Amino acid sequence: MINPDFGLLFWTLVSFSIVVFILGKFAWKPIMKSLKDREYEIENAIQSAKQAKVEMEQLQASNEKILLEAKSEREQLMKEAREVKETIIKDAKSQAAVEADKMLKTAKESIETEKAAAISDIKKQVTELSILIAEKILVKELGNQEDQKKYIDSLLKDINAN
Amino acid sequence: MIATAIKAVKQTFLIVSLILLSWSQSMAAGGHSDEGFQPGAFIMDHIADSYEWHITTIGEKHVSIPLPVILYSEEKGFDVFLSSKFHHGHDAYNGYEIAHEGDLKGKIVYQNEVGEWVRPWDISITKNVTALFISMLILLWVFISVANAYKRRPGQAPTGLQNMLEPLILFIRDDVAKSSIGEKKYERFMPYLLTIFFVIFLNNLMGLIPFFPGGANVTGNIAVTLIFALITFVITSLNGNRNYWGHIFWPPVPHALKPLMIPIEIIGVFIKPFVLMVRLFANITAGHIIMLGFFSLIFIFGAMSPAAGYGVSVVTILFTVFMSFLELLVAFIQAYVFTFLSALYIGMAVEEAHH
Repeated sequence: MINPDFGLLFWTLVSFSIVVFILGKFAWKPIMKSLKDREYEIENAIQSAKQAKVEMEQLQASNEKILLEAKSEREQLMKEAREVKETIIKDAKSQAAVEADKMLKTAKESIETEKAAAISDIKKQVTELSILIAEKILVKELGNQEDQKKYIDSLLKDINAN
Repeated sequence: MIATAIKAVKQTFLIVSLILLSWSQSMAAGGHSDEGFQPGAFIMDHIADSYEWHITTIGEKHVSIPLPVILYSEEKGFDVFLSSKFHHGHDAYNGYEIAHEGDLKGKIVYQNEVGEWVRPWDISITKNVTALFISMLILLWVFISVANAYKRRPGQAPTGLQNMLEPLILFIRDDVAKSSIGEKKYERFMPYLLTIFFVIFLNNLMGLIPFFPGGANVTGNIAVTLIFALITFVITSLNGNRNYWGHIFWPPVPHALKPLMIPIEIIGVFIKPFVLMVRLFANITAGHIIMLGFFSLIFIFGAMSPAAGYGVSVVTILFTVFMSFLELLVAFIQAYVFTFLSALYIGMAVEEAHH
């Protein structure tokens, strides 16, 4: 039982050597490589997942920041818009008042002018009428020179008085 | 859940019992001779190698697989023939016969010119060689298909056979090779460590199966364990660095102790593989002997009275079922221990100086 058999020694050595060689080449090498590759891949996947999480958090934080900024900007814009509106209204009001004043003034002025024109026109007409009357009177009264002279003088006086 | 587990255990128990019963019956013929049942001969007969693969005996008829006998002797030259030519050891063939007694009992011998019975160079494909070849073919088939599974599904979760063997492969890589040899150098030794582990484990398991293609006592044969241990020894010695040999031939101890330590260290180099060889051989053979011892009890008591034989058989089956489970554990542990110690020795050989 404890004497090793030559045949078994021989066949064990031969078969074991062949099996180590074949398995080493066609089984252990690809298996060890696959295991290593997979471990590497898993490691990588975990790493990238962690990184993605961090990035996500950063993204979320920046999103919130952007949202806040947008809100404040909106408020700012609203405020500005309100201010602009008020200014516009105020401006419009003051401008309208100025315009109205101006128009009133122009109207007054034109009324005055018209009035003056009308008066001078009336005066002219009166003068012409007067002259016409005077002519008629003159034509009628030219017989008496003395009276004429007196009359003209009084007329001139009247005109000057006017 | 628990009910299912209990049911599974019961079923396993029943199956194992039936297998063992069939084993004990098939063995019954082995130990019988003119002087009645001889347990010693019966046990030795079953753990030893043989030129044919005995399957069962029906009545007086032996059913066995004849195996090729390959012999060479200076007088007769090469001879290749089937072991069935011996007719179960009863006949001689071409001057060769199977010795029935003496130191060479069970081996093929021939008579030389001086009339002594001597052994030729015998590289017959015996029962153990056949079992070894079968186990090697199973290993090749299993691991090449597993390797293909890895290639076919790169980076994906393992399935089936691949899934079953991956934990063992990872165990050998991480807990045996990496921890004993070190992260940097372990890869070179992985093919050997994985192969030796699975060869020993599979042969241990096949040795527990009581019928063909199991039942051969391959890892419980000193020739097989000698070769395994020898390969570990050769790998260790070839890879030994300055540091390793320095520790053996000039150990770092006070000069006064050197004459004592140097021989101890040198002997240690040879004791390590020797212990590997003996441990595996002894553990597996012991397991087989215990099983066969229990079965012998049936026939010893059976010879006294049939009733006692049947009575003892119940106890024997219970014990052998228990032993079978223990041997399953031993099959793994011994494969692990052999691989682990090999890795440890290789690790010592390639270790860099750290002082």
